Amino acid sequence: MALPSLTLLGQSLLSGLFIGALYGLLGLGLSLSWGMLRQINLAHFALAFLGAYLTYQLAGAGMDPLATLAVVMPCFFALGVLMHWLLARFSVSAFNSLLVSFGFTAIIEALIQWIWTADFRRMESAYGEVKFRVGALYVALPELLTLAMAVALSLLVWAWLRHTYTGKAMRAIAEDAPMAAAFGVDVRGLSLLLSGLSAAFAGVAGLCLALSYTLAPGQIYAWLGVVFAAVMLGGLGNPLGPLVAGIVIGVSEALTMAFTAPAWAPLVSFSLLIVVLLARPGRI
Amino acid sequence: MPAANRSVRAVFGALLALALAAQSALAAPSGPPVRIGSTLALTGPLAATGLVHKIVGEIYVEELNRKNGLLGRPVEWVLKDDQSRPDLARTLYEQLITVDKVDLIMGPYATANILSAMGVAQRYNKVLIHHTFGTPSLAKYDMQFPAGGLAGDPDNTIPKLVFDALAASAKPPKSVAVVTSKFPSVHFISLGARDAAKKRGLREVAFLEWDFGNRDFGPIAARLKDAKPDFVWVGGLGLEGNLLIDAMRKIDYMPPLHFHLFPAPGPLLKAAGGENALAATTFEEHPPFTDNPVAVEFIRLYHERGAKAGLPDTSVENQSAISYSSWQTLEAAVTGARSLDDKAIAQWLKKNPVDAIVGRLRWDGPFNYIYGTDLYKVKQNQKGKWVIVWPKEFAAPGARLITP
Repeated sequence: MALPSLTLLGQSLLSGLFIGALYGLLGLGLSLSWGMLRQINLAHFALAFLGAYLTYQLAGAGMDPLATLAVVMPCFFALGVLMHWLLARFSVSAFNSLLVSFGFTAIIEALIQWIWTADFRRMESAYGEVKFRVGALYVALPELLTLAMAVALSLLVWAWLRHTYTGKAMRAIAEDAPMAAAFGVDVRGLSLLLSGLSAAFAGVAGLCLALSYTLAPGQIYAWLGVVFAAVMLGGLGNPLGPLVAGIVIGVSEALTMAFTAPAWAPLVSFSLLIVVLLARPGRI
Repeated sequence: MPAANRSVRAVFGALLALALAAQSALAAPSGPPVRIGSTLALTGPLAATGLVHKIVGEIYVEELNRKNGLLGRPVEWVLKDDQSRPDLARTLYEQLITVDKVDLIMGPYATANILSAMGVAQRYNKVLIHHTFGTPSLAKYDMQFPAGGLAGDPDNTIPKLVFDALAASAKPPKSVAVVTSKFPSVHFISLGARDAAKKRGLREVAFLEWDFGNRDFGPIAARLKDAKPDFVWVGGLGLEGNLLIDAMRKIDYMPPLHFHLFPAPGPLLKAAGGENALAATTFEEHPPFTDNPVAVEFIRLYHERGAKAGLPDTSVENQSAISYSSWQTLEAAVTGARSLDDKAIAQWLKKNPVDAIVGRLRWDGPFNYIYGTDLYKVKQNQKGKWVIVWPKEFAAPGARLITP
């Protein structure tokens, strides 16, 4: 087997880094709602795609794709709040939330298909054509934006949870909600806030999907396995975890593709997950 | 001679009335409807193409009923949504035969679902005409009839077609990279492409496989850039070719020539970087295909319905044409056999070819497939339009394979 050139290696590393950032961005909201609210929100992926389609639609109407966040994020925040209110209203358990949110996913998928049909949609934007050359390597602007947003959001949420009173209260809820409530923490309000934020992050991930990928409703499920792996590897409720784990998975997959048969790449994320679960069984 | 004129007029009048009566008898099929049952992927991941087959089926059944129906009876199409799921397709075909009691069945869309339907058809001895079965070696039922124009050995015929086209071009490639999805119906044809390239003395500089559903084509693009092939065979399905093109453009690379096995034709046509891409097809909207008035009328109706249904691309190409051809096959077989009996229809099909809009279909080979020849052609995206460039006799007027 011939060794890959340095350019191929560098380009593959970059590719892994960028797709890993997208795994992390998609995993951020999922990890927060799973780790802190005990809700396994499968609908997060459907929301991300709904966000992507809305971005596509608004950009098609002449709006700058980045500016669409001003519309999408508040709407998704409200949607996240509504979904959490529904789950809390009926005291849905963690396992049942998986089933209920799968139902939401099917509904959102049907809605997307109804509005935009099952055909492929591609957002044309000025960002899509921009790329930078660094030596022999190329960096596409949409991927760079994805990385920047993933890093910024993960760090912001991490700092918020660690250094603010609300964040500390959030962590207290994740540890023991009844005890936190006994100490005067507004469990209901903060849970709604976090749920809204998680959904808003799905909207950001949607923008990144629309910038880089051709959209089809059925692709909602294509991201599920690997993002779940990133979330579990990164640790539930840890805002930096999905990003780090996503990048580890993305880079490992890319290097596997560069060195060996690309078909082996999907084995990487799940092999890593199995190794971590065996080595640290109490991780989730 | 006014009296003579009057009698001539009377005779003409009577003849006209008779002709109109005959015409109206022809235009109004009567009796209980012939019920044709099928499923299509109306939702789920295959729904984009499922919709194409739905529109074509509706057009065909309406046209049939506007004429004389089938055997003088009106036709009713009982269509169910298999949600792109082979397991559901199996259940629904059982239902169509046992509960809905349809007279005839028609194949669903895509290999896995057709295979499911084939099992049910075999259990109930029903004829199954289908259009999009990608793995002929799995079709072991004697009363299944492929109407998609594919040979029994597409791993031989399609690579031969493509490499013949390239060899006849102004600048035949000397090196090739074969990159392919491991999806069953494309993988074995791509392996055939490797063999064909080797036999013709082309140097294989890369052979890469990915799992269906791969998200990151960056490393594959980087490996292609490193390998510098003159020609890339992309064994891709649906959007995979587009994703690979996107990834190659991001690193400022495009191979001189690239062929896509079963692409989503609309998106590939519109993709930046899709210029001069090659693909396989059975039909495009230009002569000699449009010399056939049936095809011309179908194109007109499809444009109209496609636009109403919100299809991003309303041109008739491979999927819609083979779908139409499968309905033509069913009509020809029922009319030829003068019966709705499945065995009579199957016997007729084995003995008689059908001239469909994609060409002459016949089923006189093993398991109703023909080996060594098919109805496929090579098309190229030229200035945002698909045109057939090979074989020469099917090429669009003035079109030839563009090589950089």
